Amino acid sequence: MAPGMRHACFITVGPARFRIGSDWRAPIDQLRALYADYPMEEVVPDFTVRLQGTSALRRFVRPQVAIAGDFTLPDALPLPLEQGLLAAEMAMNLQMALGWRRHLLLHASAVSRQGRAVVMTGLSGAGKSTLSALLAERGWRFLGDEFVLLDPDSGNIAPFPRPVSLKNEAIAAMEHEVDDDTRFGPVLRDTPKGTIRHLRPRTEWIEQMARETRPGLLLFPRFGFPRAVRRMDEAESFVRLTQASTNYVALGERGFDALTHFVRSVPACAIDYATGDEGVELVERLWSEQGAKWGDRAAA
Amino acid sequence: MGGQGGGMIDGWSVARALTDPASVARLDATGWTRLLSAARALSLIGTLAEIMADRPLPYPAARVLADVRLSNQAGLRQALWEAQCAHLALADYRGRVVLLKGTAFAAAGLDAALGRSIGDLDILVARDGMDQVEALLLAAGWEWVKPDPYDDAYYRQWMHELPPMIHGERDRMIDVHHTILPLTAGPKPDAAALIADARQLPSGLHVLSPADMICHAAAHLMADGDLSGGMRNLWDIDRLVCQFSAKDPDFGDALAERARLHQLTAPVARALRLAHRLFGTPAVWPIRPGVADALFLRRITAVDGWGRKTRKLTRQGFYIRSHLLRMPPAMLARHLWTKWRKGHRG
Repeated sequence: MAPGMRHACFITVGPARFRIGSDWRAPIDQLRALYADYPMEEVVPDFTVRLQGTSALRRFVRPQVAIAGDFTLPDALPLPLEQGLLAAEMAMNLQMALGWRRHLLLHASAVSRQGRAVVMTGLSGAGKSTLSALLAERGWRFLGDEFVLLDPDSGNIAPFPRPVSLKNEAIAAMEHEVDDDTRFGPVLRDTPKGTIRHLRPRTEWIEQMARETRPGLLLFPRFGFPRAVRRMDEAESFVRLTQASTNYVALGERGFDALTHFVRSVPACAIDYATGDEGVELVERLWSEQGAKWGDRAAA
Repeated sequence: MGGQGGGMIDGWSVARALTDPASVARLDATGWTRLLSAARALSLIGTLAEIMADRPLPYPAARVLADVRLSNQAGLRQALWEAQCAHLALADYRGRVVLLKGTAFAAAGLDAALGRSIGDLDILVARDGMDQVEALLLAAGWEWVKPDPYDDAYYRQWMHELPPMIHGERDRMIDVHHTILPLTAGPKPDAAALIADARQLPSGLHVLSPADMICHAAAHLMADGDLSGGMRNLWDIDRLVCQFSAKDPDFGDALAERARLHQLTAPVARALRLAHRLFGTPAVWPIRPGVADALFLRRITAVDGWGRKTRKLTRQGFYIRSHLLRMPPAMLARHLWTKWRKGHRG
């Protein structure tokens, strides 16, 4: 009988529980360090992830990490062992994208203030991840930079505050922003997405990750363009979000209901900004305008 | 220290949970973790979820299985919708359209459909209707999956089905069969009899007769692939035999007659024996132990608590065997050579 995997750990992020097994020690050690503040006790997991050698020999000679687990893509390329941490992160994302059914999953980042969330979505590289990380260092609660989990029954957002995956120029920007060096993971060079470095959210946001919040504002940010703000109607938001959701089709009617309710309940804007500071300022301005309306409604 | 564990489990534990649901009461968290991973790897987690639906389970396991049941519902609806789409597309085809495998079980409301994962849509039509069916499907939005000319020619010359097609908008595959075994395999099932004896559903679509369903499942188990879907296949057979033999006490005789007609007596006998050993399937035929049964069961149950397929040597042996069953050795060599040169893996 085959033994279990050589190295393993359990990680809980928001409502999702992962079991990660590995043929090598290094990726598990890196995960333990990066996820030091997260619950790591053994639980029956939602997903199992395996980082395994591509062959018995390749476990030792220029080892390659193949991504396997409950849900896999047939054409997922293996990564070199030095990028084992990235392989683990990608595998966990893949489990969520393909397997999660409890919430409608939006490929988006989110932060919140006073119990209301700003959801930011857009194409990869549009800056939603970095913008959420910046806001989270400037007084906002961090809810996640990769997936926003929308509860189909309550309409609430369940935080999924994974470490932020910073890419290329965003690394230096956030190193400048964050004093505490221990919150950064190792620098991963020459990955398929360039240089990557993970940033662990502030401990308080991890401690509060079981607390849901209400959606307040939907933004479609684009970094590197002259400043501009455009209101977006429900229909356009809806169509864009069906494309940003990984499980909209799989959820069927529940997904449709959740998404229509969402786009009706929050105002939406496309925002362009040239610098990170401008992005933060735009979000805060739109937030206070919107906040004033919530205040009016509460007063009325 | 979480590194160890995941060892002592295999397909037998999954079989036990399916046939004796009360037995899961003694599982701890680690036991559940392993059971769920093994069941998922064997494509039986959907079935497990339905069987456990009304049982009091520990919350962490229950919530995983509740998610699986949501996926089951969506999968079932999608599979039936896909069958309906194909039915509409083939409205001008005069012959019978016979649903096969998972979609057939679901459309006919059989117990075997409970929690069963359904992938592609498999249909059977008469061989002389293949050209028209192909043209109608292409006209209705299906497209070829494999643009490789060797693969295409291979399918058309030697296989029992058209090359797979996928629907451009719905992203679902359809396999159009004209018989249930490749033309290169030994047994020659009577495809015309399969279609002539098919049963009509209220929708106008057809499914195989009960005995032919077992013959098809057994043919599939013996000749298709490296037995990696063996457990699920045997579970299908278990459910079908239980249901059909409960309704018809002479079902064993009817099955024997059809198996003879399709030259599938030996594969059906083996499938019945293996299902009997693994799931306690009612013995509709006298059970005499077969020579290689232990080896088959070893292969079929080879999975660990991390969802990894174990027993590599047995597995490779069965992979080569699966090809030998489908084609003579010289042809196999030519086939593997062509595939290898093109950088495929088999």
